[in-house]
Formats: sequence, C-alpha cells, structure tokens
Amino acid sequence: MTSLLRGEFSMTDIEHRHPEVFAVSWRRHWLQGVAWVTALAVLIYGLVLFDFSPVRVWNGLGQLGMLLRFMVPPATDPAVVWEFLKAIFETLAMAFVGTLFAALLAIPFAFLSARNVFRFRLGRFGVRRGMDFLRGVDQLVWALVFVRAVGLGPLAGVLAIIISDIGTLAKLFSEAVEGCDRKPGEGVAASGGSALQCTRFGIIPQVLPMFISSTLYIFESNVRSATILGIVGAGGIGYQLSERIRGHHWEEVATILILILVTVYLIDWVSGKIRGRLIEGE
Amino acid sequence: MMSSPYDHSGSNAWQGFCAQQQRLRLEKYRVWLLGGGVFLALFMTSAHLSHFSPGRIAEGLPKVHEYVVKILPEMGVTTFRDDMAYWFYAFPDWMKLLGETLLMAYVATLLGTLGALVLGFVAARNVGPNRWLTALSRRVLEVARTVPDLVYALIFVFAFGLGPLAGILAIAVHSMGASGKLFSEAIENIDLKPLDGLKAAGGNWVQGMRFAIFPLVLPSLVSYSLWRFEINVRTATVMGIVGAGGIGQELITAIRMLYYEDVSALILLIVITVSLTDMLCERIRHGFIGKENLS
Repeated sequence: MTSLLRGEFSMTDIEHRHPEVFAVSWRRHWLQGVAWVTALAVLIYGLVLFDFSPVRVWNGLGQLGMLLRFMVPPATDPAVVWEFLKAIFETLAMAFVGTLFAALLAIPFAFLSARNVFRFRLGRFGVRRGMDFLRGVDQLVWALVFVRAVGLGPLAGVLAIIISDIGTLAKLFSEAVEGCDRKPGEGVAASGGSALQCTRFGIIPQVLPMFISSTLYIFESNVRSATILGIVGAGGIGYQLSERIRGHHWEEVATILILILVTVYLIDWVSGKIRGRLIEGE
Repeated sequence: MMSSPYDHSGSNAWQGFCAQQQRLRLEKYRVWLLGGGVFLALFMTSAHLSHFSPGRIAEGLPKVHEYVVKILPEMGVTTFRDDMAYWFYAFPDWMKLLGETLLMAYVATLLGTLGALVLGFVAARNVGPNRWLTALSRRVLEVARTVPDLVYALIFVFAFGLGPLAGILAIAVHSMGASGKLFSEAIENIDLKPLDGLKAAGGNWVQGMRFAIFPLVLPSLVSYSLWRFEINVRTATVMGIVGAGGIGQELITAIRMLYYEDVSALILLIVITVSLTDMLCERIRHGFIGKENLS
C-alpha cells in the first residue's frame, strides 16, 4: 500500500494482489461468442431466405430512383389538393374522436388493472390480459375486422383506433395510478374529507397530468397511424394514397406525402405546446 | 361575520384581496369556458367528419357482435380435440409464416439499427462531425420516421416486387428514423469527458465515437433496439396486407374470402406470438441492464 501511495506501483504487483480482477472469464467469453455467432447466423439465414441478393437490391433501388423522378414536381392542381386536404381533415377527425373515446373508456380498465386500487388478484389478471389482447392485435387488423363489420368508411377506422388504444392507454394510465402517492389522500381524510373528496383532491390532481400527457402522446401516434388505415378502406388519406399508388399517379403521391409530413409536424408541435402548458398549469 | 379583535373584513386590504380573488376566479372560468368551447366545437366537427354518431354506432355494434360470433369456432367439451384440429387445420403452414414474420422483424430491426447507429452519431448535436452533416442527417431521420412504415411498404412493393424484401426494407427505413432519434438523444445526454480524453490522446472522430461514446450509450442502445424489435414484430404481422410478406397475407385472404374461423385462429396466433416476444424481450432487457449495472 505504501508503494502505491508513493506512486511506484507496477502492473504485475497489482495483478498479483487482485488476481480475480484480471482473470479472463472464459465462460463469459464463450457465451458472448455463441450469442454473436447465433445472431449473425440468423441474420444471414434471413438474408438468404428473403433473397437479399445485391442484384435485386440494386435493381430495386434503380426502380425506386425512377419513381422518385416521377414524383417531381408534385401535383399542385387546386382541385386535387383540396380533395387531399379534405381527406387529411378526415384523418385528423378520426384520430381525435378515436383518442378521446379510447381515453374515456380506458379509465375504468386502468383502475381495474392498478394494483393499489383493485385488490382482487384474479380479476386484475383477467383485465390485464384482456388489455394485452387489445394491444397485441395491430390497429390495421382491427380496421380490417371493423370494415367487414360496419362497412367501408371512417367509422371503421375510429372503432379500430378506440379498441386498440383502450389497451395501450389502460396500461399507461394504470402505471400512473400505481405510481401515485397515497399521502395526499390520507391528508384529506385526516382533515375530515369523504372518500369522494379524497379521490378528487388526493388522487386526481396527481394522475390527471399524466393521463393528459399520455393521451396527447397517443393522439400524435394516432395521427400517424390513421394515415394508413385508409389502405384497408377505413377512411382518411390512406385510401387516396393507396389508390394513387395503384394507379401510378406518382406526382399526386408526392403531394400526399408532403401533406402528411406537414400535418404530422404541425400536430406534434401543437400537442407538445398543449402538453407543456397543461402540465405546468396543473 | 363575527366581530372579533381579528376581524379585518372591513379593512381596505381585505377588500382588495377579495376583489383580486374574484377577478382571478372569473379569469379562470373564462379560460375554462373558452377551452371547453373550442374543444366541443372540434369534437362536433370531428364526429361529423368521421361519421361518428350515436345512430351509426347503435347500427354498427350489433353487426360487430354478429361478426365476432361468426368468426368464433364451434367448440364442444367432448369433441374438443377434433374441434381444435379443425380450427387450426393449417397449423404447420401458419407456424412457418409466423416464423417468416419474426425473421422479417429481426432482419429489419438489425438493418434499421445499423443505419440508426451511423446516423445517430452524426445527428447528435454535441458530438456530430460537422454542423451541416448533423442538420442533414436530422432531416433524413425525421422524414424516415414520419412516413408510416406501411406507406414505405406500398411504394417498395412496386420497386422491389411483392414479398418480404419490400416489407423488411420498409420496416428498416422506418425504424432507422425512430431509433436514430432516440440514439442521438441518448448521445446528447452523456458526459463528454471521456471524449476529451481521447481527443487529448490524439484520437480521430471515429475512434472517439467508438471508444469514448459507444461504451457509454451501449446499454440504452440495446434496450431501445429490443423495444424496437417488439414494435417491428407487430408491424411485420400486417405487412402482408399490402403484399410485403409475412402472416398478414394469410389474414387478409381469410378476411376477404370470408373464411370466418381462420380469422379468429390467425388473430389468436398473432396475439400469442406478439405476447411471447414481448415477454422474452423484457427478460433479455432486464437481464442486460442488470448485468451492465453489476459489472
């Protein structure tokens, strides 16, 4: 120790003193090697199976370049643009109504799957698995099912958004409820508040900002996903987009893509502002 | 009011306070009223635009119920074995397609992560090699993640032909954008002292990234990528709807051709696969982060 303090330490000295630090862990090396080789082997198998040949990729890229050249300049005919704008508004409307109802319907399920609220374990397990099921099926699959059930149009899209986001929001909300502090509620009870007042002044002020913040986040995500629901006929801009792609109207495809980009940026910006405002305001 | 030595209700200060409180309360009501009005107007317009009315819902819900009843298989307690065999008659084929779907998600996640890794380092404001390159790669990542993966798939199916290749590239491009943003944010949040040390010792940019930055962000990169893989498995299940490979092809055929019981069987298989991957990824993620913290 004194030699160390004087600054004349040698590596061999230290290695002798702490052999366990310098020992090569063969088991760990071996495991890491196996993991790397397996990961790489699966990747190569996939590349071969899916025919990722350089020629095919190169030809595809050439084709893609050609499509991009067809997209310039984008269509600017006012009538066409107005039609697309109407579809964009429909998309936004679907996302708005869908998110709103999903959030309202998710609240009871969130409380039923929160450990500190619903003590009945088996019931909680059931509710949670139900939510997992709603979340596990992609929104587009729900849209396909609802198009079959209620016909083509935005209503099928709204229902698909509601059903799949009840699952997502219930999970996010229940995490907020589980994370909340019991003490404010106890304080209200100690100063003579009723159960209703405990919830109103003890729990709600804690969870509401988180509820609103996750709902806005899901709304942003829904604006993105509502743009593709139209591909299966569930309303919104996706229908126009897939029709234009099928009909090879690439300059109109470019217009739609630009409109989608602008809309998504705007919505993200507005929603970010609202989120900051509401959370600070609370 | 009771008159007591502490009763100041007649004083100017108290009256001023009351007026102030009244004003603030009115202000608050006005904001709430305005906000509520705007919200209501937005809701009414949206409900109108998206055909969301009580009448339509009341009309639609019985149809949804009818459809759900139709796609559910007939199950008897005594004939359970035969019923299951009948319900999952194409089980081996479906498992193969599910395997293909998982493999698509795996390859796409790896390719996307690779792209995100390169662009993420360039796009990080604190360590980017050059201001213009940083701005450029940020825009590329933005466009890559804003366009939904299914839209890429629609376009790529034209360029690369029908099949999993288009789907994989579509998922890879989208996840490159999404992960690239997260990676660059992770890099922007780290301590730059190791990089200073490396620069002082004469390392170039690539060496700095590799030996000073990469080890610091590796745990969060692995965690993000595993999470991305979970998302991509979900996306890969629907790529088939636009002809870009995976189990979605089988699902959309079953829905379009009205093979009712196949629909429920396929949805069940997809949900089980997605849940299992989620659970597995969570295990790995916890294991990895735990190990990183220990060593």
